[in-house]
Amino acid sequence: MSEQTPVIVRQSRSRTESTTFKFSQDQIRFTNNEYLDNLRQTAWNIYANTPLPTMKEEAWRRTDIRPMHADKFQLMDSSSNRYQRDIPVDLLRPLAGGDHGGQIILNRNKAQIYLEPKLVEQGVVFTDLLTAEKEYPDLLEKIIGKIVSPAEGKFAAMVTALALNGVFLYVPKGVNVEAPLHSLIWGADINSANLSHVLVYLESNASVTYVHEVASETLPEGQSFQAANIEMYVGQDSNLRFVELQSWGRHVWNFTHERVHIDHNANVDWIFGAIGGHLTKNFAELDLIGSGSVGKMSGFYFTDQDQHLDYDSQQNHLAAHTTSDLLFKGALVEHSRSVWQGMIYVAPGADKTDGYQANRNLLLSRNARADSIPGLEILADDVRCTHGATVGKIDPEQIFYLMARGIAQLDAERLIVEGFFDPIMQRIPFEGVRERFQTAILEKMSAYKG
Amino acid sequence: MAELVIRNLHVSIEGKEILKGVDLTLPQGEVHAIMGPNGTGKSTLAYTLMGHPSYEVTEGEVIYRGQNVLDLAANERSLLGIFLAFQYPVGIPGVTVANFIRSAINARRRSINPEDKGVPLLEFRREVKSQMELLRMDPAFAGRYLNDGFSGGEKKRAEILQMAMLKPEIAILDETDSGLDIDALKVVSDGVNTLKGPDLGVLVITHYQRILNYIQPDVVHVMMGGRIVESGDKDLALHLEERGYEWIREKVNGIA
Repeated sequence: MSEQTPVIVRQSRSRTESTTFKFSQDQIRFTNNEYLDNLRQTAWNIYANTPLPTMKEEAWRRTDIRPMHADKFQLMDSSSNRYQRDIPVDLLRPLAGGDHGGQIILNRNKAQIYLEPKLVEQGVVFTDLLTAEKEYPDLLEKIIGKIVSPAEGKFAAMVTALALNGVFLYVPKGVNVEAPLHSLIWGADINSANLSHVLVYLESNASVTYVHEVASETLPEGQSFQAANIEMYVGQDSNLRFVELQSWGRHVWNFTHERVHIDHNANVDWIFGAIGGHLTKNFAELDLIGSGSVGKMSGFYFTDQDQHLDYDSQQNHLAAHTTSDLLFKGALVEHSRSVWQGMIYVAPGADKTDGYQANRNLLLSRNARADSIPGLEILADDVRCTHGATVGKIDPEQIFYLMARGIAQLDAERLIVEGFFDPIMQRIPFEGVRERFQTAILEKMSAYKG
Repeated sequence: MAELVIRNLHVSIEGKEILKGVDLTLPQGEVHAIMGPNGTGKSTLAYTLMGHPSYEVTEGEVIYRGQNVLDLAANERSLLGIFLAFQYPVGIPGVTVANFIRSAINARRRSINPEDKGVPLLEFRREVKSQMELLRMDPAFAGRYLNDGFSGGEKKRAEILQMAMLKPEIAILDETDSGLDIDALKVVSDGVNTLKGPDLGVLVITHYQRILNYIQPDVVHVMMGGRIVESGDKDLALHLEERGYEWIREKVNGIA
């Protein structure tokens, strides 16, 4: 792989030191809820005392955030509405079949919220964070800060202390939400910091399909900063299907900490799709805390230009008879780069567990680079864990074979790339999501010259 | 009736000359066989006719329908009506047999009419189903990933299925008999025979005479050392079966 080719980077040359954020303690939003206020104060203290991560830390070894202008980012409020472009209609359409049971649109911290009256009657809460703090502090307290700890890092602490908005979803015991719920966080202004906190709590015997999307247009000059914590709890015998789609503009620096706790015999189907952003560092974790719990993670990514996408995934088997299954597949064009570092951890006593992880990458350009690092840490005896990681290219014999049947070279390549992603598509039960990914493949392939 | 005319074809791989002046004319409606020992350039001829980028043509021409085929990319040759049934079809994971054949058919339709919306799904399914029945293929086969984990026999059937669906004018069968048991060979040969007719010229490339019991050739050519050294009717194949290639080799050397 050639490292010699000049790389055109939007940002100015790397500095040796990162700049620091200029947020202040008086930006914390206190609420009169003692738990929440303490949490935010504690988080602020951690945030203030934690330096920005550097490439000396294992988790950040392959992701350089020094070119980020942290000192310029200001927390986004409604006065920062300089770009009032409408949200593309495509982003508001249902992706998971049928009409939405509820929809939240957070457009620069202004919330539009809809939830089917029937679901309101059943006690389902689906609202923005500000409303949740005011109207459902007791429910919020069940989860906020309890799945993702502010101690996990600078960004996790920052979001816990300062998040201006987010989404709160609560499904009471025994309630099956049939129509999918959808939330969209839209917009990434230059020099803005958009911190969001997403919280999902399913009591026992509940089920829901929830699609959470973050997106913005690409702005030509400058940077925008996005950080999010996603905390989810899925109670006994419950079922969560969670789809998250990231299509930030190319000026966005994006950081997330995400974790789900899955209780006895509960089931989580978690789907990731990433096509946007300038740089993303994502920590995603599946904690199988109850016996019989099952968690599935499926990832789709396609990077181009100078995009950098770094996923850290963790499948933690913390109870016996638990099952996890991860498949992440990505294609890369131009001089983009991806990192996937996965770990299956099996705790002492978590016997009869079945863990699987695989990451497959397809390099479509000489200058693209994918790092794929699987890992196993098994402290129980009776387990079945398998993993696989590959980085490959299109085989020219495949191209010739397809061309020999009359298919033009670019179409042949597109067909092979679509085929590469097919195993991921097979895992996505939503036509709309699959179509979105197909469109992304076509768009990204248009940059590909073979 | 069009004919494929190969004139003085010289081909090298990585600087080494494999074909040293091949001349051959294959009209639509006829079946020609090329026989010869291993390593004599038969598969090189097949790949060169289809346009594999690793084969370098140093001299000669291949004319079909007034065009020098050698100037065309592989897909353009296919659209012109040339088909190669591969000896070793490559796997395309994630692309089903049906999806692939449909893409190939649509590429044809669009080459004729750029505005074409593609073959209607129902019509396509009906056609695939009936062709698969002829080839005694399980209907579930259409949903499998192309050549991915196929047995030798399945791969060869899939090649003939593609031929049936794409309806070429010139079909080159490269060692289609290799790796087939007698039942599979019969099925595949029946498939080819069904497609035979005034519009199809077939070039059967084989090491053994066996397949020619099922696909009757009009002309048999013997290739040796990168040239066609002998041509005759189907009895030539029987001679070779009885007496081996040594007989021809001696005859050729004797002339030289």
